[in-house]
Amino acid sequence: MVNLIWLLMLATGIIVSALNGHIESVTASAMKAAELGVEVAIELIGVMSLWLGLMRLAEEAGFIRGLARLFGPAVRRLFPSLKPDSPALGAIIMNLSANILGLGNAATPFGLKAMQELQKENPTPDVASPAMITFLALNTSCITIIPATIIGVRLKANSVNPTEIIGTTIVATGCAMTVAIIADYLIRRRRRS
Amino acid sequence: MKVIAEISRWAIPLLLLLIPVLAYLRKVPVYESFVAGAEEGFKTGVRILPFLIGMLVSIRVFVDSGALEMVSHWLQPLFAFLGLDPNFASIIPLAIMRPLSGSGALGVATQLINQHGPDSFIGRLASTLQGSTDTTFFVLTVYFGSVGIKKYRYALKLGLLADIVGLIVSVWIVTKVFY
Repeated sequence: MVNLIWLLMLATGIIVSALNGHIESVTASAMKAAELGVEVAIELIGVMSLWLGLMRLAEEAGFIRGLARLFGPAVRRLFPSLKPDSPALGAIIMNLSANILGLGNAATPFGLKAMQELQKENPTPDVASPAMITFLALNTSCITIIPATIIGVRLKANSVNPTEIIGTTIVATGCAMTVAIIADYLIRRRRRS
Repeated sequence: MKVIAEISRWAIPLLLLLIPVLAYLRKVPVYESFVAGAEEGFKTGVRILPFLIGMLVSIRVFVDSGALEMVSHWLQPLFAFLGLDPNFASIIPLAIMRPLSGSGALGVATQLINQHGPDSFIGRLASTLQGSTDTTFFVLTVYFGSVGIKKYRYALKLGLLADIVGLIVSVWIVTKVFY
């Protein structure tokens, strides 16, 4: 499915550009995007190193284990396939907390770290484990309390009340997250039986 | 709301202060441990590079082609025919864009907000949509790619289901709260 979507986006983009008479823009877009990929990765290396370094300190001081023990019981129910003391739980909790607080660039390092920990417990290294899918469903549908970027855009556009969309955002993300959790649970149960 | 904004302002500085101090008190060699942990950042960054480039190129070519505007242009008469606000069609590019690319969706949302006004129906809906669902497709490819997963199984369907729910609920709640 990913292969198909990837190809469809690329092919549609090129065909539509040709039809619209600006085929040369494809070249510029592709090159620019490739460069941007490197920029994003380099930036991420910096932020990731900072957070993973800090996370190592927290791990060695026993905070991550403490965090997992504190929130673990709730989170563990969503990940029945993980070992109860799995190190992935700490990273998952850190990632979700960062997402909820709208700390986007802190969320990614913890998320990638969680994936690495989950992969260690994955019996089939090239197939996604149920725990990974649950984690990504949570991660992409996670409740956002402060949509900071869009509030900034509204502020610049002279909104009378830039923060008035916080409530609607919380409701929308809350519903999306609830449906994702329930759907994931049902799929897992059906696959097991 | 003020309290939440304050928390997000203080969260990172406090973490940067508290974790090293408390770790030091617990006899952790703070600097050495930090460096050891940071080393992983480089490896992860390099590992996700090809996935980032692959996705960004395909998404960018698609977006820059103007295909999304075409779709919205075609949909306008259809929406009018169904008795809906034809402006509503302009939200479709954002809805398609949101799961693909964060910065791309932000661009579309910003343009919609500036064009229709931040306090219009479209402006509020675009803000809510942008604030809610995440870039499912992008996160999936990069996260799975970083650990070498090739078969996503039902992950994409689940993520897109959440996005569709987010879209429907956004339309409903914005209508309900503001109109």
